[in-house]
Amino acid sequence: MKDTVAAPDPVNHPLPHDAARLHVQGAARYVDDIPVPADCLHLAFGLSEIAHGRILSIDLDAVRTAPSVVAVLTAENLPFENDVSPSVHDEPVLANGTVHYVGQPVFVVIATSHLAARKAARLAKVTYDPLPALLTIDEARAADSRFEEGPRIYGQGDAASAITAAPHVIDGTLELGGQEHFYLEGQVALALPQEGSDMIVHTSSQHPTEIQHKVAEALGVPMHAVRVEVRRMGGGFGGKESQANALAVICAVAARATRRPCKMRYDRDDDMVITGKRHDFRITYRVGHDDEGRILGLEFVQHVRCGWAQDLSLPVADRAMLHADNAYYLPDVRIESHRWKTNTQSATAFRGFGGPQGMVGIERVLDHLAHAVGRDPLAVRRLNFYDAPMDGTTADAVAQASSPSAKAARPLPTADHHLDLASRGATETEAGPCAEPTLPPGVQTTPYHMPVTDFILHGLVEQLVATSDYTARREKVAQWNEANPVLKRGIALTPVKFGISFTLTHLNQAGALVHVYQDGSIHMNHGGTEMGQGLFQKVAQVAAARFGVEVSAVKITATDTAKVPNTSATAASSGSDLNGMAVQAACDTIRDRIAVCLAGLHQADPATVVFSQGKVRVADAVYTFAEAAAVAYMNRVSLSATGFYATPDISWDRIAGRGRPFFYFAYGAAVTEVVIDTLTGENRILRADLLHDCGASLNPAVDIGQIEGGYVQGAGWLTTEELVWDDAGRLRTHAPSTYKIPACSDRPDIFNVALWDGESPVETVYRSKAVGEPPLMLGISTLMALSDAVAACGQAYPALNAPATAEQVLAAVRRVQG
Amino acid sequence: MARSAEKAAGNPMTTTFLLNGETVTVDGQPPTRTLLDWLRDTRGLTGTKEGCNEGDCGACSVMVTTSRNGETLHRAFNACILFLPQLEGASVTTVEGLTGPDGALHPVQQSMIDHHGSQCGFCTPGFVVAMATAHLNGATDHDDQLAGNLCRCTGYAPIVRAAEAAAKQPVPDWFAPPVFDAGMTTAGTTDTASAFRPATKLELADWYADNPDATLIAGATDVGLWVTKGLRALSPMAFLNGIEDMRDIEASDDTIRIGAGVTLAELHPAIAPHYPDFAELIRRYASVQVRNAATIGGNIANGSPIGDCPPALIALGATLHLAHRDGARDLPLEDFFLEYGKQDRRPGEFVAGVSIPRPGADRPDRLKCYKVSKRFDQDISALCGCFNLTIDEGRVTKARIAFGGMAGIPKRAHAVEAVLSGQEWGPEAVAAAWDSWEKDFQPLSDMRASATYRMDAARGLLTRYLLEDLGGATRVLEVTP
Repeated sequence: MKDTVAAPDPVNHPLPHDAARLHVQGAARYVDDIPVPADCLHLAFGLSEIAHGRILSIDLDAVRTAPSVVAVLTAENLPFENDVSPSVHDEPVLANGTVHYVGQPVFVVIATSHLAARKAARLAKVTYDPLPALLTIDEARAADSRFEEGPRIYGQGDAASAITAAPHVIDGTLELGGQEHFYLEGQVALALPQEGSDMIVHTSSQHPTEIQHKVAEALGVPMHAVRVEVRRMGGGFGGKESQANALAVICAVAARATRRPCKMRYDRDDDMVITGKRHDFRITYRVGHDDEGRILGLEFVQHVRCGWAQDLSLPVADRAMLHADNAYYLPDVRIESHRWKTNTQSATAFRGFGGPQGMVGIERVLDHLAHAVGRDPLAVRRLNFYDAPMDGTTADAVAQASSPSAKAARPLPTADHHLDLASRGATETEAGPCAEPTLPPGVQTTPYHMPVTDFILHGLVEQLVATSDYTARREKVAQWNEANPVLKRGIALTPVKFGISFTLTHLNQAGALVHVYQDGSIHMNHGGTEMGQGLFQKVAQVAAARFGVEVSAVKITATDTAKVPNTSATAASSGSDLNGMAVQAACDTIRDRIAVCLAGLHQADPATVVFSQGKVRVADAVYTFAEAAAVAYMNRVSLSATGFYATPDISWDRIAGRGRPFFYFAYGAAVTEVVIDTLTGENRILRADLLHDCGASLNPAVDIGQIEGGYVQGAGWLTTEELVWDDAGRLRTHAPSTYKIPACSDRPDIFNVALWDGESPVETVYRSKAVGEPPLMLGISTLMALSDAVAACGQAYPALNAPATAEQVLAAVRRVQG
Repeated sequence: MARSAEKAAGNPMTTTFLLNGETVTVDGQPPTRTLLDWLRDTRGLTGTKEGCNEGDCGACSVMVTTSRNGETLHRAFNACILFLPQLEGASVTTVEGLTGPDGALHPVQQSMIDHHGSQCGFCTPGFVVAMATAHLNGATDHDDQLAGNLCRCTGYAPIVRAAEAAAKQPVPDWFAPPVFDAGMTTAGTTDTASAFRPATKLELADWYADNPDATLIAGATDVGLWVTKGLRALSPMAFLNGIEDMRDIEASDDTIRIGAGVTLAELHPAIAPHYPDFAELIRRYASVQVRNAATIGGNIANGSPIGDCPPALIALGATLHLAHRDGARDLPLEDFFLEYGKQDRRPGEFVAGVSIPRPGADRPDRLKCYKVSKRFDQDISALCGCFNLTIDEGRVTKARIAFGGMAGIPKRAHAVEAVLSGQEWGPEAVAAAWDSWEKDFQPLSDMRASATYRMDAARGLLTRYLLEDLGGATRVLEVTP
């Protein structure tokens, strides 16, 4: 395939989102908008009111007799599996004798209206025998309440000796808050019972196959009896990878029990109280360094608050470790990760999946280090960057050297036959064989022994420094701070290097189903889900390019487990990479069949048939694509094909912490300037300049949208988005009135976003790169700019925690002022 | 014409209004049925979305067109906390009503497509309605116009680009949300025993004296949540939106009298010429959608410890006007707030209005309002300090300082004021007051801020007030890149 130079139309074009016209008319249909049969029932959960305790009694009399209530179910009424965990079957959909957090579903009300169900759910009288509740990292540590038998430890070299030998040592602690997804569309599911024991489920989920698996388990039927459809989500951000399971499962169970369609959507407050969020972290560090700020040895301890159930916490915590280096070469490093089990919501996937937390850790280290040696943090960052690739160490060369020589057969998991193989939570069974790479000399490796051969940040940062006018602005910031006693400015440039691939290697596969109809219109389907990221549009552009037609010829259809089976979650930024390749393969199969057919009719070589600009050219003949399709049909050629893709060259041993977990890295950098008020800690972003690497972008408009939105979401995480639990374990910030995501005016006054002009060094779809998660971490520059502003208030290091609310900033100002 | 509330709770009442140009009469619905639920569940108009069900995300934005004193007004509202009876005589335009007769898109719709303003699309209909309303009104302060619409995908930049581009396009000929023919509605005629819609202050006074436990509903921006979140039954209730004689702002030479039914949106332009800093506080009061519904009377009567407007009003020395069938009375606003959840309001008595002094040559505007919150727009104060110090020949001659968020009620800082009074106005005065803050306030720690922070920041705000007199940059919102 020679797609590396000039991408054909319509790939690479900034076309609008495929549903934009429907969006602006309110005509794009979400699950709650689907017309339901008149007898549809509505569900609401009754929730635990305490953080930990045994249920002594559940009095549901008032619930059952409330108006419009049809039935009430508790754990005892569930016919088969009572579990919605994506990992180790530790998450009953309805509490099974014990409650583990405030907000855990205890029973479900089935009523004739959403409002009636919600009202009735509050009428239950549940009594508990309270058990000690572990709410914080400190409490969990004291009780040694954790997932896995002990900490995971990754590293290379000898960190302790390197630190001992270093001329200087600094240490510190970073507290890093979690984040509520705040997808605008809350969790929702609709189950429609079919003949026999079949069930159709409409869900707002990033992982239809997992919904299918969990619903099948709950109904005691094979997966073939459950069909799951997802047309679109009103935002996901990781919050619908596993958190949609409960609604789909309980709707299916209720639909089976009542033989009526059942729908459930969480009210926003319930959504925020019930579902998991981004993991909050405490990261401690000890750094040995030289006079210039070069890191000689580094030890991290990452404390991860996982909540009550395992969910996806292990791979999240793993990925935090895998991004503890970010863009910096750490020859002697030790990363220790503790996964604490607490009586709070089960923390879950959130855009970046632990990567952002790991990255904030190392960026804090660089910031602290620069302060210690009295240099511009950017200079210290660049000093510690990985080397630029040398000749003979290109990505492909190393990929060949480091790839396993042959595909090792993967053993079936033995732990549990119910294990959801398609879930990122299925890490327990994974200890994939890992070939040790033979590295060319001089190649630097990550703390997990993966060679870094595609490091472009030297050039990318140089360009951003120039376009953002960083140096002159840094000087102006200093002048401002000299002149202004109350308001201080700060500026920071932070880089991003983010690993692309599921770390659970077998998930890096995708399927597609493409039909060409006799009128030349194309039906495209794949396993990826659309949550606003523009996946469908990008993949449709790939399909159109393969057939040489306009994108309008391609019909984008809802993700459907009956069309493409065994899908991986649309997660880990993998959507376009995986599904784009699978669709490309399916299209090429059909295209080649048409080419063979037409070439036969014209006594030409099939390789000479050209599909371009809506035409098919063979010998001297020119067909419209529709004519070509009709001819193929008349000649009894199959115009339907599946496509499949599996990411090559990756392998990973998460226990040993060794391998090549990522196919490649996505890069970017951001400069953010802020101002703070040293009397109140109020702060805001003045300007942001982003430069991000999407390889050869499939759709620059869609990718820029991901970058802008990711930055603001990342900045929100680190500034205004504060989750507060009270001493009883109740989440106090459970609605937008108390939990503050960025509003319109919070975006930077000046907001410059550009794409790095490059292409993927490895063979991705049209040499593009994944873009879903990496830009979120551009927002880290906001936290570092705030730290810079606070540092202008005195001599001490700010040690600014996140989220850097006005209160946190003022506390840091006070520390610095002494 | 006294009416009693003898019938069962939640009796239906009849409401007539225009929906996308079509006259609809809603009958047989509970008075607390929200417009959002009715649109989606009864009318099948699912373009209007439920994002939060508490008026904080704007996904349910609708345009409401009304006419008053010959002026046609188009305003965005949150349908999730808008009860159907509040729509009597109004004209509602939903996202489905924006598209032209031949399927032509409204300029804001086309602009949102062209500028990639939608990603997941769920917030988009609400944005589009808010944008179309601003477009119709010629409003180009996009950050303010869209402060009430949350988007989690785009980071807002493409949406603002779309709004800027659309602002250059004219309103299409076909887009003219009609006004409901005033002759078709008569306020007060469609009430039932449990829900009453008075037409005058007197009617309200009469009914409320007989039904002192009733819930009075003006904008429903707070009461709405009692229903959508608290799932409370409110019966009996009175909808105040039909009362015309509490909706005026009357300015004399020395006083500005504000009727209880004046919305925050209406208050803003009336206050801005006199007290620009109070106007800025009002600008940061929730969002356009909420300010279009919320009334000053509701803001005062609900007795929130945060207060929003009350700290500013108290700092200005406002007088509260209470009404009752048996007689009216006035009192200083600060005396109305007794303790958390308790106001000096007798059964059947209601807030009729509030008066503030009008600044003049001998009474220059010295008011500064400092709202501190996690987010600048559409957030509730962690603390809000309003300072009004008169300085004569370098000395503090009069001090009124009031805070929200520092006590169970909006509260004056009497001890601080006492120390400042008579002092030379400078850093020494601020320092002299240092210990008095703890006499005035013992704030709580909650999800918005800790007690320690509140005290620290409150002191910082007095310093800011001084520094503003001395000149120099003190407000992060006024810093340009």
